[in-house]
Amino acid sequence: MRDKLVEFKNVSFRYGEDEPWVLKNCSFEIYENEAIAIIGHNGSGKSTIAKLMNGLLFPQEGAIVINGRTVTQDSIWEIRKDVGMVFQNPDNQFVGTTVQDDVAFGMENRGIERGEMVKRIDDTLSAVGMQEYRLTEPHKLSGGQKQRVAIAGVLAIFPNVLILDEATAMLDPRGRTDIMKTITRVMAERSLSLITITHDLQEVVQAERVIVMNEGAIWDEAAPREIFEKKAELRQIGLDIPFVAALSDELQKAGVPINHEALNHRELLEELWTSHSSM
Amino acid sequence: MDITFKHVSYIYQRKTPFEHKAIDDLSFHIPTGTFTAIIGHTGSGKSTLIQHLNGLMRPSEGEVTIGDYRLTHDEKPNHMKALRNRVGVVFQYPEHQLFEETVKKDIAFGPENFQVPEKEIENRVRDITQEVGLSEELLERSPFDLSGGQMRRVAIAGVLATKPDVLVLDEPTAGLDPRGQRDMMDMFYDMHKRQGLTTILVTHSMEDAVKYADHVMILNNGTKYMEGKPEDVLTQREALHNVQLDVPEMVQFLNAFSDKFGTQIPFQRQSEADLAKEIRDVLKGARRNE
Ligand SMILES: Nc1ncnc2c1ncn2[C@@H]1O[C@H](COP(=O)(O)OP(=O)(O)OP(=O)(O)O)[C@@H](O)[C@H]1O
Ligand SMILES: Nc1ncnc2c1ncn2[C@@H]1O[C@H](COP(=O)(O)OP(=O)(O)OP(=O)(O)O)[C@@H](O)[C@H]1O
Ligand SMILES: [Mg+2]
Ligand SMILES: [Mg+2]
Repeated sequence: MRDKLVEFKNVSFRYGEDEPWVLKNCSFEIYENEAIAIIGHNGSGKSTIAKLMNGLLFPQEGAIVINGRTVTQDSIWEIRKDVGMVFQNPDNQFVGTTVQDDVAFGMENRGIERGEMVKRIDDTLSAVGMQEYRLTEPHKLSGGQKQRVAIAGVLAIFPNVLILDEATAMLDPRGRTDIMKTITRVMAERSLSLITITHDLQEVVQAERVIVMNEGAIWDEAAPREIFEKKAELRQIGLDIPFVAALSDELQKAGVPINHEALNHRELLEELWTSHSSM
Repeated sequence: MDITFKHVSYIYQRKTPFEHKAIDDLSFHIPTGTFTAIIGHTGSGKSTLIQHLNGLMRPSEGEVTIGDYRLTHDEKPNHMKALRNRVGVVFQYPEHQLFEETVKKDIAFGPENFQVPEKEIENRVRDITQEVGLSEELLERSPFDLSGGQMRRVAIAGVLATKPDVLVLDEPTAGLDPRGQRDMMDMFYDMHKRQGLTTILVTHSMEDAVKYADHVMILNNGTKYMEGKPEDVLTQREALHNVQLDVPEMVQFLNAFSDKFGTQIPFQRQSEADLAKEIRDVLKGARRNE
């Protein structure tokens, strides 16, 4: 049994007394080394969930437990050692005057020793392909380069929980795959739970489990394959299905039997092979 | 307004140790009324390029013309404001163009700045709010107290409210939910057609480039790598791989299909529904010939 790393217990949240509730009685659990995707329409509460996880916000109702510790004003410094987060807009999180200072900053706060720090700066910047920019000012990078640096900064602190809030939205598709490979490698090397908040359906397919938000409530929680079977409903709540699922749907309509929901090209081609031999 | 780049280079932090040539001897022509997609790897110079289109940046070398406006290193048009009135730019990060106290004021800022009558502004704000899928409840809120996708919608609304002739979009769907991405692109395309706009879209989505653009240009390290019709350029797997890019997912699938079934279904920007019928026919045909 994997350890429980994150637990939301009946969490409700609003940004002010007169404001509407943006999270409504949300409960879920995330385990050690699990890769979770959170999806949902704009304004459904995803970033709010992320900010509650590392104590940037506190719930009015319910409780959040990270690695056995309840998130409170008193515990946030400990919590933030466990939880690394990359925001939607990296400009909001740059502090250093150079790329390497910026990556170092998070480690300094955690008292990581100098030699180890230098090594991690090197490792993480090369993992995201930004080594040659180590002396550049973060604000003078292109949109996608900023995202790469922000990801390096958070990987360098070796968090137990890594939250990527649309952190690869500005990357070219190849860059996106490379970053996901890097993270998968890290997950194989040490304990890391990954929470990806994304609108990219390709990224969702790679998760073990998907949490679907709708208007501040958890709408569904299941493996990607099960989620993408609910085509019409997903579209109704502002979401969509990936190419392979959409094509499978059209194939069915055109009279080609597809018996198993396919998640990637290989699986769909297998399905076609089977149905072709029986057509 | 026709757009022409003649031997344009742009150098950041010139004459410092950090000097960096982000655009390198780039020439191209975009005829008025066309829809152009600009694609390229991270750092290839896309955002730098488009900031020349409303005079926010001027070339370090070479010449940019937009309609009658001419920009060079030493010259800027006398009527910069008039240029900005006609060229609307949606920036890569929406936060960079939001600054007013409320969402409503933010959307109205552009038209007010260009002396549009008050009544007209009100109508525009109302219509555009709806078109970009923003709930009216958000109009009195600070634009910074919004979710990422809501901010994106406000930034887009603010640019559309100025009713530009040239619409420049730097990854405009990043941050939008999947339905929002589709609706927003359809809305841009519809406006493009209806109002005869000249549209320039920077995107990482090969799917959007194929679906909406008449013309694509691929940038690599600040230079032009390829240009042409989307169906010609975006199907060249090797050439795209060399610059960190990939063909659209449907093309990838068609190639894999051909490897498995020995029949190449041509890519013609067909819908998934049409492709499904073609696949069915191939499978039936294959069965019959066995
Ligand atoms: N600082 C704030 N003050 C008041 N309301 C806010 C604030 N930040 C967000 N909200 C509201 O809370 C709701 C949830 O926002 P949140 O940022 O969690 O959404 P999200 O799911 O991350 O959306 P997106 O996909 O657009 O990023 C939205 O309706 C938003 O307008
Ligand atoms: N203010 C700046 N000062 C110095 N160099 C810069 C500045 N802005 C961008 N650059 C550099 O210029 C190059 C081109 O940047 P640009 O923002 O045009 O790329 P882009 O194609 O838009 O990339 P992305 O897809 O990541 O947004 C990059 O290598 C970047 O590091
Ligand atoms: Mg968000
Ligand atoms: Mg850019």
